[in-house]
Amino acid sequence: MTTATAAAGAHEAHEHTHYTSTGLDNKKIAIWAFIGSECMLFGSLISTYLVYKGRSVAGPFPHEAWTSPTGQVFKPILDIPVTSASTFVLLMSSLFMVLALAAVENKGKPGYEGTLGSSRFWLFATALAGATFLGFQAYEFTSFVHEGLTIRTNLFGSSFFTLTGFHGTHVAVGVLWLMTLLFIDMKRGLGPKDAILVDICALYWHFVDVVWIVIFTLVYLIQ
Amino acid sequence: MASSAASPTHAHAASHASEQSGLWSWLTTVDHKRIGILYLYTALFYLLVGGLEATLIRTQLAKPNLSIVSAEFYNQLFTMHGTTMVFLVIMPLSAAFFNYLIPLQIGARDVAFPRLNAFSYWVYALGGLFITLPIFWGLAPNGGWFGYAPLSGPTYSGGYNMDFWVIGLQVLGISSLAAAFNFITTIINMRAPGMTLMRMPMFTWMSFVVQFLVILAFPVITAALFFLQFDRFFGTHFYEVAAGGDPLLWQHLFWVFGHPEVYILILPAFGLVSEVLPTHSRKPLFGYNVMVYSGAMIGFLGFGVWAHHMFSVGMGPVADSIFSLATMLIGIPTGVKIFNWIATMYGGSLRFPTSMKFAIGLIAMFTIGGISGVMHSSPPSDLQQTDTYFIVAHFHYVLYGGAMMGIFAGIYHYFPKMTGRLMSETLGSWQFWLNFIGLNLTFFPMHFSGMLGMPRRIYTYDAGQGWDLFNMMSTVGTYMLLVAGLIFAYNFFRSKKHGEVAGSDPWGAPTLEWSIPSPPPEYNFAQIPEVTSRYPMWDLKAPDRTAGIEHSHPDAEVIAEAHAVPVHEETERGTAKELGIPIPFSTIKPFLVALGIIILFSGLIVLHLGNFPLAMATMLGGGAFMVGSLYAWLTSPLE
Amino acid sequence: MSNDRAHADHVHEHPTWKQYKWVALWLFVITVVEVWAYYVPAFVASRAFVPALLLMSAVKFTVVVMFYMHLKYDHAIFRKLFTGPLLIAGATLVAFLFLLKR
Repeated sequence: MTTATAAAGAHEAHEHTHYTSTGLDNKKIAIWAFIGSECMLFGSLISTYLVYKGRSVAGPFPHEAWTSPTGQVFKPILDIPVTSASTFVLLMSSLFMVLALAAVENKGKPGYEGTLGSSRFWLFATALAGATFLGFQAYEFTSFVHEGLTIRTNLFGSSFFTLTGFHGTHVAVGVLWLMTLLFIDMKRGLGPKDAILVDICALYWHFVDVVWIVIFTLVYLIQ
Repeated sequence: MASSAASPTHAHAASHASEQSGLWSWLTTVDHKRIGILYLYTALFYLLVGGLEATLIRTQLAKPNLSIVSAEFYNQLFTMHGTTMVFLVIMPLSAAFFNYLIPLQIGARDVAFPRLNAFSYWVYALGGLFITLPIFWGLAPNGGWFGYAPLSGPTYSGGYNMDFWVIGLQVLGISSLAAAFNFITTIINMRAPGMTLMRMPMFTWMSFVVQFLVILAFPVITAALFFLQFDRFFGTHFYEVAAGGDPLLWQHLFWVFGHPEVYILILPAFGLVSEVLPTHSRKPLFGYNVMVYSGAMIGFLGFGVWAHHMFSVGMGPVADSIFSLATMLIGIPTGVKIFNWIATMYGGSLRFPTSMKFAIGLIAMFTIGGISGVMHSSPPSDLQQTDTYFIVAHFHYVLYGGAMMGIFAGIYHYFPKMTGRLMSETLGSWQFWLNFIGLNLTFFPMHFSGMLGMPRRIYTYDAGQGWDLFNMMSTVGTYMLLVAGLIFAYNFFRSKKHGEVAGSDPWGAPTLEWSIPSPPPEYNFAQIPEVTSRYPMWDLKAPDRTAGIEHSHPDAEVIAEAHAVPVHEETERGTAKELGIPIPFSTIKPFLVALGIIILFSGLIVLHLGNFPLAMATMLGGGAFMVGSLYAWLTSPLE
Repeated sequence: MSNDRAHADHVHEHPTWKQYKWVALWLFVITVVEVWAYYVPAFVASRAFVPALLLMSAVKFTVVVMFYMHLKYDHAIFRKLFTGPLLIAGATLVAFLFLLKR
């Protein structure tokens, strides 16, 4: 840090560490504000789901069997074992994400490489776990459609597919983000200078996981 | 060094200036000041559009049983008038000030994310066209600016009109949200050294509160709009009663957004008044701390009062009482602000340029609007008032008499900063008085016609109900307002070329934006100032006024780190390049991403037209274009 | 605000490896318990079911936010940026249940 006088200060302006009021990176502040906003979005979607729970005039229903007026029998549509599996996968992906960030932050530090695994590995693992979750969702959605529940079948279908669809879209965006980071890591490498980029992706990813924790409980487990 | 570059750089600056003109330079700008100017011009254009819509409405209602417009077109007129004024005029006019002013007030060189800033503007510009152009084909949205479902759903609004509304609003929401994340980050993180939150100018403070309202309220209407879009385009049942849907779901979701929205509309204007009043009273703002806290209170409490728009739907006495109480409570911080403004003027050395007239006008008119507002806060009282012209009177007093007057005050106050010239005070006076008389003549009679039972949103009425005189008065008042608007436009455009030249600080104002040239150079501050009190320019020029407020000593460590200098009047006119200040690159990519989004959403209209393959192509094409442009944007360096 | 500049927030405490893996373990265990509870009809029928499940998911939520999202260790501003909106979202959700639930 120079003790340059004010007159020469303008020349120093080239350096890339800009002064900030908090010492924090702009992107991190922005992503947390974004996450706060997303609380309201998912809050509205979840509120609607909960308000409409039990109000569908016709089935199929999430937790109870139903016989249609034409005599067709529908079993409870939600598949808890399958969704539990996908929930585990998503939870583990958060651990992978944490490890990916740590690998990037500590890259090049003596003694870290090897014990942690490479950032590429963990970024890939997170993206793979996310893609697996989406695979489970796709399986779930298509089997529901085959069993007679579409987004327009009844109120449950509308609110269920919308809520989980929004969440799934967020996961998909996250997977794309992760793959982009992975691609950059493979091309030029990600080091401690880039940690902020991985950090904001991680925050987004964990938040999407946390929303799923809420959805899994309120939609699948609570009847 | 920069100081030696006097006349030789003039030629330089001139050639730089010509690079800065032309359509391409506007399409690619990421400079917050130019983006602010774009917002200003676009919003003033829509003010004309909304004003013409109002004029048609009032012409139709001048006398009983006129048929200037059909009932169906009348529905489009009042829907678009409301939608235009709320989303395309007042919010963007506030955004013009957020953009232009916030970095200047906090001593920053730009906002946190300059390209995101440009993106916000282009999404607004394109979204505005999307929602406005349909009226020329008679397809304008026609379900009210609040689009109540199930009426706005596929069963009762089967045409294309409400498609444009639903999609248009969704798009405009993206613009506001993006800008909000930008300004929150900017205000938290880019203040000059020494500028603590409690030293920020009031406009920046009120804007800060507003950005939080935006990020919390807009997601709720986003959800509501998605439900409506899905009902309209994909056959879902969110608002369909026969399927078990609740007819009140839309209303609750909309008003959880809608009520904070009205505070989003008024708080920036309050902020502008809090800049103008102390300047022309030559006295610090009375009770700065309390003004900040009450602004924050209004914002926070604003999330707890939404159902006062629903007192007539049958929520039951418990819900009615809770929302009634909360609504009455929110009048308190608002009233505190009124008193503090008056106390600011009391004992001050007052001058009354046009900006001051408008600022005082806001205080008076908003008080009237606030009083009728308190009258609505009682459910039994509101049961008579709701859906009548009494409500129309209330919100026009607070929105025209409040928000618009505050914005006009801001325009007159900051025009010299933006253009280097003063607006004409004579024309300004004419505009103010015509506005003042016109708005009272238009809207005061509505209290009476409303009390006498005249409903809202009717395209005509029979004679002999006691409403005729009041309607005629309102129509005459509207024409006055139109003339006032024309005078304003003339004043604005004429002053740009022929107004009296203004220096950096024509008003003797206290805050940082007045320390730099008018108009400011591209980089705003040649050297970042270090702030030691709430009124840095008065510390410099009129220290006796600020003797009583807290001051701090310069922090050497912070100054060194930020390369800051003491606050001073800047005269630097060199280019950024000469001074070695990095400037973000101009880029077309934000515009392209905005374009991609509009194309993507337009695909839904094509879907409704029945052409499935073309709809898919449009949506996929728009989406791909958007994603591609976004990748290009994110992978190119800022500066 | 001017005095609490975090010069490098990675100079602050960090969760250790052990802590990250404990968090993962707890998440795993709590989820197992939640799913197991779902299959105990007597428990599902009881009045404790919903509160218990809400509590368990709240614990998972908090643990991910505090540790994985680092909120416990980071600058206070992030806690404010998150808890404010979270509370408003929660309050609005509860209000909706009262206003719209039949």
